[in-house]
Amino acid sequence: MMPATERRSRLRFGDLLGLGSHGLKAHPMRAALSALGIAIGIAAMIAVIGISTSSEALVREKLASLGTNMLTASAGTDFFGEDAKLPPDAVERVRRIDGVETASWIATLDKVNVYRNAAVDPGATGGLTVVVGENALLDATSSKLIRGSRLNAATERYPAVVLGERAAQKLGIRDVGSSVWIGGNQFTVVGILDRSPLAPELDSAAIIGPDIAMELFDFDGSPTTIYERSDDALVADVRDLLPGAINPESPNEVKVSRPSDALAAKNTVDQAFTGLLVGVGSIALLVGGIGVANTMVISVLERRREIGMRRSLGATRRHIRSQFLVEAMLLAAYGGLVGTVIGWLITALVARANGWIVAIPPLVLVAGVVVTVVVGAVAGVLPAIRAARTSPTTALSG
Amino acid sequence: MTEPIIELHGVTRSYGSPPTVALAGVDLRVERGEMLAIVGPSGSGKSTMLNLMGTLDRASSGDIRIAGEDTTTLTDAELSGLRAYTIGFVFQQFHLADGVTAVENVATGLLYTGVPLAERRRRAAVALERVGLGHRLGHRPSELSGGERQRVAIARAVVGEPPLLLADEPTGSLDTRSGAAVVEILHELNRSGTTVVVITHDVELAARLPRRVSIRDGRIELDQHDRTLEVA
Repeated sequence: MMPATERRSRLRFGDLLGLGSHGLKAHPMRAALSALGIAIGIAAMIAVIGISTSSEALVREKLASLGTNMLTASAGTDFFGEDAKLPPDAVERVRRIDGVETASWIATLDKVNVYRNAAVDPGATGGLTVVVGENALLDATSSKLIRGSRLNAATERYPAVVLGERAAQKLGIRDVGSSVWIGGNQFTVVGILDRSPLAPELDSAAIIGPDIAMELFDFDGSPTTIYERSDDALVADVRDLLPGAINPESPNEVKVSRPSDALAAKNTVDQAFTGLLVGVGSIALLVGGIGVANTMVISVLERRREIGMRRSLGATRRHIRSQFLVEAMLLAAYGGLVGTVIGWLITALVARANGWIVAIPPLVLVAGVVVTVVVGAVAGVLPAIRAARTSPTTALSG
Repeated sequence: MTEPIIELHGVTRSYGSPPTVALAGVDLRVERGEMLAIVGPSGSGKSTMLNLMGTLDRASSGDIRIAGEDTTTLTDAELSGLRAYTIGFVFQQFHLADGVTAVENVATGLLYTGVPLAERRRRAAVALERVGLGHRLGHRPSELSGGERQRVAIARAVVGEPPLLLADEPTGSLDTRSGAAVVEILHELNRSGTTVVVITHDVELAARLPRRVSIRDGRIELDQHDRTLEVA
C-alpha cells in the first residue's frame, strides 16, 4: 500500500466550479438579491462610461466629416496691447507653406452692420457682424450652403451677401433673393449657410465680397482671421510655420488655434457629472460587496454540517476555503454580468434617444465583470477563511 | 501487511480550561479485517474516540497510528488525504445533501480524490447496487426512507473502497428492521475485507459483533472477543 502521505486529497478545477455554483442553486432567491447590489453598481458605472463614450463617438464622427486638419490664425494684440491686423498678403504666403491644401480668410468690418431693411433702429444689430470673405472660404471652413449659391467671381463685385445660419434666422430671411440693408446699401441674399461648427463666427455673419467691400466701405484688404487646411500629418509642422508666414515682422502677434480640439473638449460629457456618477457606482459596488460578504457569512454558518461532512470525505482546509471563495466570486460575477447587461441597455436607450451610436469599448464590459469578480473575491475572503477553520467535529455533532 | 489498521497508545483528549477529560489514556489495537463495536453510555468518550480514529480531531497526548501512519506528525492536508483514501465515515444523521440525487450524494465520496465526474457516477451506481439501492439512483434523500438514506450514506463512505469504515450510531435514527438491514450491510462489507468500527450505545447491536470494546469515563473497561462470531 502507498503511504498515506503520498495519497493527497485532490479537487479538480471543474469540480471546484461546480461546488461554487451548487451553493447558489440551493438558494436562488438569496443569490439574486445579494447579487442585486453588485448589479446596480456595475450597471451605473457601465452606463456612465457607455453614455460618455457614445457621445464622444458622435463628436468624433462629426469631426471626422468636418476634418481636424483646419487651423485658424487670427490677429492677436501687438506689443502695446493694441488690436493687431494681419498683412493683406498673408494668405498668399500661407498658401506657399509646404503641406497647405487650401487657405482662406475673413475680415470683420467693425463699423458696418446688417439690418433687415433701412427702417430698423441702427442700434439693433442683433449681435450680427458683417465680414468680407471670398469664394474659397466655404471650402476651407467646411461650411455648407442650405440655400442658394456661394459668392463667385461675378457676385463678389456686386452687392450680394451670403448669410450665416443664425444671421439668416435673426434677419428673418428664409430664402435667397430677399434683400437686406448693409451699411446703408441694399444687398441681395444669394446664399444661406448651414451651421459651421469649425468656424462658429460665420454663423452670425453676413458675408460680402472683397471688391464691393473696398468700393463701399473702404476695406483695406487686411484679414482678421485666416483659415487653413493642410495634410493631416503636417498639421503640427504647419502650426509652427504659420505665425512667421502670416506676419514675418511680428509673428508673436498671430494667434493660432485648432477649432476641432475646442469642439471635442466642449462636447465631451461634463467631467464633474461623470465623476459623480462613477462615485455613486463605486459606493453601490462597495455596498454590493458587503452584501455578498454578509450572504457568505450566513451561508457558512448554515452549512457547518456540510463543511464537516466534506472534511470527513477528505476535503482539506484549502478545498473548503476555495469552495466558498469561488461561490462568492460566482455570486458577484453573476451580479456583474446582469449589471453589465443593464448598463449596456441603459446606454443603448440613452444613445437611441439622442440619436447616437452605442459605442462602449468591449474592454469596459470585460472590465466590469472582472471588477465584480475581484469584489467577490475580497468579500469572500473572510467567510471562506471562517469556513475553513470550522472544526469538523463540532460541525458534525450539530 | 501485518501492521494494524488502528493503533492507539496512551491517547488522552481533554477540552477547555479547566480541562474536562474525555479520554484518559486509551490503548487499542485493531487489526485489518476486524469488525468491532465500541460501546458505552453517552458521555463515555466513545464519540471522541471515533473523531480521533477518523483524524477529525487530534489527541492531547499519546500516539495514534492509522494504516501505519503516525497521525500526530501529519499536516492537515495529509490527514485529509488519509480521510479521502483510507477512512470512510457513516453518521447517525446521515449528512446527505438534500438537493441532489442518491447517485450524486454517493459520488461526492470520490470528489476529493480527483476522480473525474463520469467515473465518480459510474462507481457511485455500483456502490448503490452493493447496498441494495440500485433502483433508487435518481431519488433525492427526501424521497427515501430513513433506512434507505443510511444505506446511501454507507455507499458514499465505501465508494472509494477505503480499508477502514467508522460508523457512529449507524442505527440510532432507524427503526429495528431498517437498523437490522444496515447492520447486515456492515457485516457484508466486513466479509469483503473492510475493517468496520461501530460506535454505539446499543448493547444488543454490539452483541452481534465479534469484538466489543466497552468504554466508560474515558477509559477502556472491557475488550471482549467472541470467537464464534468472527469471520473464518
